[in-house]
This record gives sequence, C-alpha cells and structure tokens, in this order.
Amino acid sequence: MTTRIQINGKTMNVKAEPDTPLLWVIRDEVGLTGTKFGCGMALCGACTVHLDGQPVRSCSTPLSAAAGKNVTTIESLSPNNSHPLQKAWIAHDVPQCGYCQSGQLMSAAALLKGNKNPSDADIDAAMSGNICRCGTYPRIKAAIKTAAAEMRKA
Amino acid sequence: MTTKTSSSSSSSRTVGVNRRGFLQTSAVASGGLMLGVSFSGVGDALAAGTVHTPNAWVHIADDNTITLISARSEMGQGVYTSMPMLIAEELNVDIKQIKVAMAPPNGKIYGNALLGGPQLTGGSTSVRDGWDKLRVAGAQVRMMLVSAAALKWNIPEDKLRAENGMVLGPKGKKATYGQLAAEAARLPVPQTPTLKDPKDFRIVGKPTKRLDTPAKVNGTAEFGIDVKLPGMVYAALEQCPVIGGKVKSFDATKAKGMPGVINVVEIPDGVAVVADTWWHAQKARETIKVEWDEGAGAALTEKTMMAGIKAAAVSEAAKPLALPKVGDADAAIKAATKVIKAEYTLPLLSHSPLEPMNFTAHYHDNRVELIGPTQWQDAAAGTVAKVCGVPVENVSLRTTFLGGGFGRRIDIDFIIQAAQISKAVGKPVKLVWTREDDMTHDFYRPQSVHHLAAAIGDDGKPTAMSFRLTSQSVTGRVFGLPAPVQDPLMTEAAMAAYEIPATRHDILKHDAGLRVGYWRSVSHALNAFANETFIDELAVAAGKDPYAYRMSLLSTKPRFANVLKQAADKAGWGTPAPAGRFRGIALMEGYDTYMAMVAEISYNKGEVKVHKVTTVADLGRMVNPDTVEAQIQSSVVFGLTAALWGEITLDKGRVQQTNFHQYRLLRMNESPEFVTVLVPSTEKPGGIGEPATALIGPAVGNALFAATGKRLRTMPFTEQNIASA
Repeated sequence: MTTRIQINGKTMNVKAEPDTPLLWVIRDEVGLTGTKFGCGMALCGACTVHLDGQPVRSCSTPLSAAAGKNVTTIESLSPNNSHPLQKAWIAHDVPQCGYCQSGQLMSAAALLKGNKNPSDADIDAAMSGNICRCGTYPRIKAAIKTAAAEMRKA
Repeated sequence: MTTKTSSSSSSSRTVGVNRRGFLQTSAVASGGLMLGVSFSGVGDALAAGTVHTPNAWVHIADDNTITLISARSEMGQGVYTSMPMLIAEELNVDIKQIKVAMAPPNGKIYGNALLGGPQLTGGSTSVRDGWDKLRVAGAQVRMMLVSAAALKWNIPEDKLRAENGMVLGPKGKKATYGQLAAEAARLPVPQTPTLKDPKDFRIVGKPTKRLDTPAKVNGTAEFGIDVKLPGMVYAALEQCPVIGGKVKSFDATKAKGMPGVINVVEIPDGVAVVADTWWHAQKARETIKVEWDEGAGAALTEKTMMAGIKAAAVSEAAKPLALPKVGDADAAIKAATKVIKAEYTLPLLSHSPLEPMNFTAHYHDNRVELIGPTQWQDAAAGTVAKVCGVPVENVSLRTTFLGGGFGRRIDIDFIIQAAQISKAVGKPVKLVWTREDDMTHDFYRPQSVHHLAAAIGDDGKPTAMSFRLTSQSVTGRVFGLPAPVQDPLMTEAAMAAYEIPATRHDILKHDAGLRVGYWRSVSHALNAFANETFIDELAVAAGKDPYAYRMSLLSTKPRFANVLKQAADKAGWGTPAPAGRFRGIALMEGYDTYMAMVAEISYNKGEVKVHKVTTVADLGRMVNPDTVEAQIQSSVVFGLTAALWGEITLDKGRVQQTNFHQYRLLRMNESPEFVTVLVPSTEKPGGIGEPATALIGPAVGNALFAATGKRLRTMPFTEQNIASA
C-alpha cells in the first residue's frame, strides 16, 4: 500500500509503512535530508517540519498522520536563500555546526507566519522546543527580530 | 606540480614545528601528491581534471577556480572559514571567491604539530597550529605564481605583484592565477617565503562571514547522516548495555523476517541489522534477543566509581605525578596556624552532539571508502585498514560537516563499526546510532576529585598551597600514554595565576573502570572549577571582596590582571546588582587565552537562573573576531548546561540517562544575555573554542555562594546538591 502526501507542494505516493515516522520517509524515501534526526522523541526539534502550516516534530509523527496533508520542509523555505529568515540567518552568521538550524528555521518560520512583531517572550515560547547544542541562541533571537522587521516592511 | 623533494625521512612530527621543518615536509608532501594521495571527491573543482596543486593546500584550476584545503574538521567552530582565511591572506585572493575542500587523511601533510602529529581537530589548536603553516602555504603559492608570470613574460619578478587572484605587471600586463597555475606548479616550492607584516592583513583579523552559512540555512549542507552512495543500505547496531560487553549469543529469527531486512551480522561491538531503510533496520533491531557477556563493567555505579577515586586520592600507595614545585608548600601548610582545606568533586558527563554518531563505509575489492563526521582522520583510516585487513593506502576518507564534535568524534568506534558491517554484507553501509545509543555509549568526561589546601598569612593571603587532582587519564586510552608519564591533558589550569610563595601541585591517575573521553575544555573544566572556587573561599575567609582578593595576587601578571579588571568593570562589579541578582567571578588561562568572566544569577525555589554573562578574553591575534565571539557564547552555553544539570549516572554498569528528557540541555529561554569584550592584542594567537566552558561553572558557583551563602563544591548545581552543600 502507499500513502499519498504532499511534500513542498508536490504530491507523492510513498510506500513506507503507515507507522513509519514522517522524518524517515522525508529523509530516506523522498530523499530530502535537510530535516534532521536528533532524538527521536520530540525533545530537540531538529526534525521540525510544517504539517498543513503547523510546526510538528516529524520524528514522532507517523506517516499516517500526514496522509492527504501538506508537508513543508526546510528545502521549500526558498530555493536561493531569499526568505527573510534565511537572509537574517546569513546576516547574523547564526549557524555553528548547523545541524539544528533546519529545525530552528522551520520553528521560526511558523512563529513569524502568525506574528510579525514577536517579543522576546514570544520568541522564547516558540523556539524553546529547539535545542542548539552549540548555543547559537542569542544570534537566533537577533536574526528572528531582523527577519520580522523585514517582513513588516514588505 | 613541483618535482623538488627532500628526504622522505621527514616525519609528521616535523610538520609546522618550525618553518624549516614545514618547508621540508611540504616539499615531500607535494611529491606525495603526485605519488598517490588521492584527492578524488574533495571538491568540485578537483573533478575537472584541470587542477594544479602547487602545494598541498592550494588547488587552482585552469578556469581560475581556487580551492583551499581545510585539514581541520568543521564542527561549528568555524575552521571551514578561518583556515582558508589564513591561506588566502598570503595568497592574495578574495575569501569570497574561493572554494573549500576538506583534506584527505594524510598525517604527514596535514598533521597537527601542537598535538604531536595526528591529523586531529581538538584542543583549540586549529588556529594556533595553522597560524604560520597556512600563511607560509599561501605565500609559497603566491611566489610561485609570480615566478611563473616572470618566466612567461620575461619580466623580472620585482616588477610584478600578485593581487586579488591576478598577477599584474607593467603596462597593464596581467594574468589570472588560473592562467599561471600550470606553470607555477612545475616550479620548486620557495624555501623562504616572505610573510606579510600583520599590519598589512586584509583578511585575517577582520570579521568575516562564514563560508558554510549559506548551505546551513537551506538544508543542503552535507552532514554524515546525509551521505548517500549508490546501492547503499542502512544499519542499526545493538550494543551491550554495559559498555565493553560482548555478544554471547543472539536470536535474530524475527528480525530476519521483517520488512526490508537484508542481513543480520555480528561484529565485535554487537549485532547489526542491515536493511533497505534505516527505520526498517531499527525496527528489526528492537526484536533481536542478545545474550551478553557483560564483562568487567557489569557492577559499576557512579557512586562506587567516585568512592574508588576518593580512596585512591588519599591512599598511602598513591604515586602522584608532580608539576613544578615552588618552595615546600606541604611543610608550610603543616606548620601554619591557619589552614583552609577543601575537596571538590565533578561528575561524569556526556558530549551529546546533536547529530548522533554515524558513518558510511564501503568495503570492496580490498579497499574501504569512508565518508562521514570525524575529528581524527588518520586514526580512522589507519585503524579501519588494520581492522579490515587492507593496506592503509587503500582506505579513502571524506570528511563531511560534523553535527557537533565537542571531543566525542575524536573517538572512532562508530567508524570501525560501519566498516566492519560493510565488509560483512559486501555493500556500502550507512550506520546510524539512535540518541539512546549515543548517550549510553559515549566516552564520558571523567569524574574528578580535587584536594586543595592553603596556609593563610596574617594578611589573609595564601602563603602556601597544595593541589591534587585525582581522575582518569583519557590520554592513556587514546594515545597509549604510559601510567608513570604525566598527562598534559590532566594538568591544564591546575596551576592558577595567583602569586603564592610556595606551591605543590600533583596529578594522580586512577582508572575508575568506565571508558572516558576528551570533553570540551578537557581538564580545564575540572581544575578551573577547583581553583576558582577555592580562591573564592579564601577571599571569603579573609573577609575580602573576591575580585579585589584575586587582584591582590596578580601584581606581576598583567594579562590576567587586565582581563579580570575589564570583566569586573564591564559587569559593574562593586555596584549593586539588580534586585534579587548576585554576581560571581572567575579567571583562567587556557590554550594561551587569558579570560575572566562574571556571571549574574538569581536563585529561586531550587532553580538557578543565569541572567547575564560578561566575558573578557585576551587571546592574542584573532583570525575571525566574529567567530571568536560566537565561540565564547557557545562555550558558555555548553559549560552552563553541565554546571546546572549535567550528570551521567550508572546502575549495574548501565548508563541511566538515555535521551534529553534525562540529560537536560540548555534551551533558548534559559540562555543568558552575553556581554563579550575581546582585548586587542598582538600576542601569539590563543585557542577560543573551549576556555569559556571551563569558566562558567566556577563563575556561577561563586555567584550562588553570594546568593545563598552555600558553597557548592560539586556540580551540577541542582536543588539537591545546593541543599546538601
């Protein structure tokens, strides 16, 4: 049997078992490796993608829960680093090892979709599910504010 | 390519030790390139077949694509940018126009002289080891390009100059480096390249955007876990829950019938399931029943280990290894009327990089291809060659980005496992550990016990001090350092800066029974905690302000005194802290970097909150100040995580923490505000990837004393440990 999902706007029939975590379908079957495996228990946020626009931890979301829905991954943020968040991440040179940053960006994108002027507390609330072992938090926070300012102007 | 060679007897140990040694080795290296160091796959530019390698660090294609080699692994600390910056400075190319490739395993060319020769990324050595070596490499090639143009145009070299990727001559004559590279690579490598005066630097020392950022914001950066080879299969490995245990027998009947499973194979470290996807491998792995021979570690607990260390520390039979003594401290302490003694202890810690251990290996035709994240390329290649029974020249290794290292990826257990599994199944294999595998099969930061004592004079200042660290030698395991030999990675920050008339320091090695590894800042994190807490205790006992007391012991130590004063000033030391907040201070030299830190905290209902961390660092000359600031923040977050919550415990030899719900990592809402000052300096470069990790613990602990009157002589600073302090 196959499961029909939309990934980054493209409809696909994937053959993984329905209880397979969405993360491994995205990475190993679809071949989009920007979404990362960190903990497998929804504790670190490295695997964050959007499901019908909402941020979810794909390591703990079974494929069956994504059936018929739209999955958005880091690869769709923009093809050329032109999304305001990507531009801000580059301007602030946020990443260090970079492994968590796909998840950080997807959580930040979800935040800014609903809130173009987040306070420090808003940012903390939206981003504290995403662990950065390198400790890039101050730059993430600054970059989110820069991106939000650009989005307010647009 | 150069044909000039010198004696091939130059050993890797000569690399970078001095300029002459480097040049000899470099010449050998260039010959070595021709003789078979494989560069296949190290970069796009290299695949074109039109690439010239004037030396092992600079590759120039006819189309003027310039690829600079990083021999250090990028694990967040910024070497993918800072190593090429050093070459580009002397080569005179725009850092934005170059490509970067990771070096293949070859310790002779790419070894780390500061660590004695291995091709290893660690010890905050990359800039310190590369500072001369990489600038020499860039200058050599620049001179060869100028010589090539001089020959081609028949114009004296002194009428030519190299600038921005071009050689320029009189009357508008010019050629790109690419147009000259073929000629240049045939010339001898210059023996005495002229290096720039640092005041003329255009790249080094300037805040520079990291070259790896664009790929790290759109999912295209390739980490080990992202590697894909044609025909590749995936492996999950069941290892003994007691580290070091071996398989007695196993039943994989059910696993073999599960979807996608290709094979189940036993390797020395456990039982591997190989399948068409990683998830299939992992699901099948969970059904395997293994009977283990749990081995010597089967009864270990962290408490019995700590008891063993404490017993060893005071044993009559102890054979400690002495550091240089000043006077007779022990006699002075014995005779003193006022003596202060303290014992400090520190727990086991996990590295927990966010990318779990993984590697891709392909054994075929008496060869092994390795791809993945490692901090130690030549050990990985050499060990895999031995284990798989192939000649070392038949092992290739390509280093991906590392999703964190922190010392964990100095060890190569997972690389050997991937190669063994590939050999067993005859296919390219990607082995991926789970988070649980990673946390329960780490090489842990060792526990430590510190015994400090000081004789106190009438003025409250120490007249003598003794110090003993008792802990496990990582270097004994990793490098085979004999037990009677001092381990320089246990002595770091043991001898503090303070002027004390008589001192005795020694290190006592004790194997507590669990494998241990290098953890960010290594013994600095052990010794600085003891020393910087102890000096705070002495200040309190003397009724002095902890900052002023330290300053009074630094009259002949200007670099220490300077960073300490600046940190105190910047943090508002001596002025009232905001309501409910308290400050603590700490000072250390590590990796040739002088650093002082002030932590501002509050303490409520058992929870320590760190609001602000002020750091002043004098690390000599810097390559990329923007990265320096980021590394200080990073080190503080890493060290603060350990100080507040970090502790690995064992029951019946099994590590009890399996994932981040039991091994808490600092999150954004817990991250402090940072104030960072970098002292302008022309001193030789110091390392910056680690020292702040060692300082934040004592800074917070000392602040906690100010807040609560309780002296924390152990980490982590949990409610329970604070209550029992």
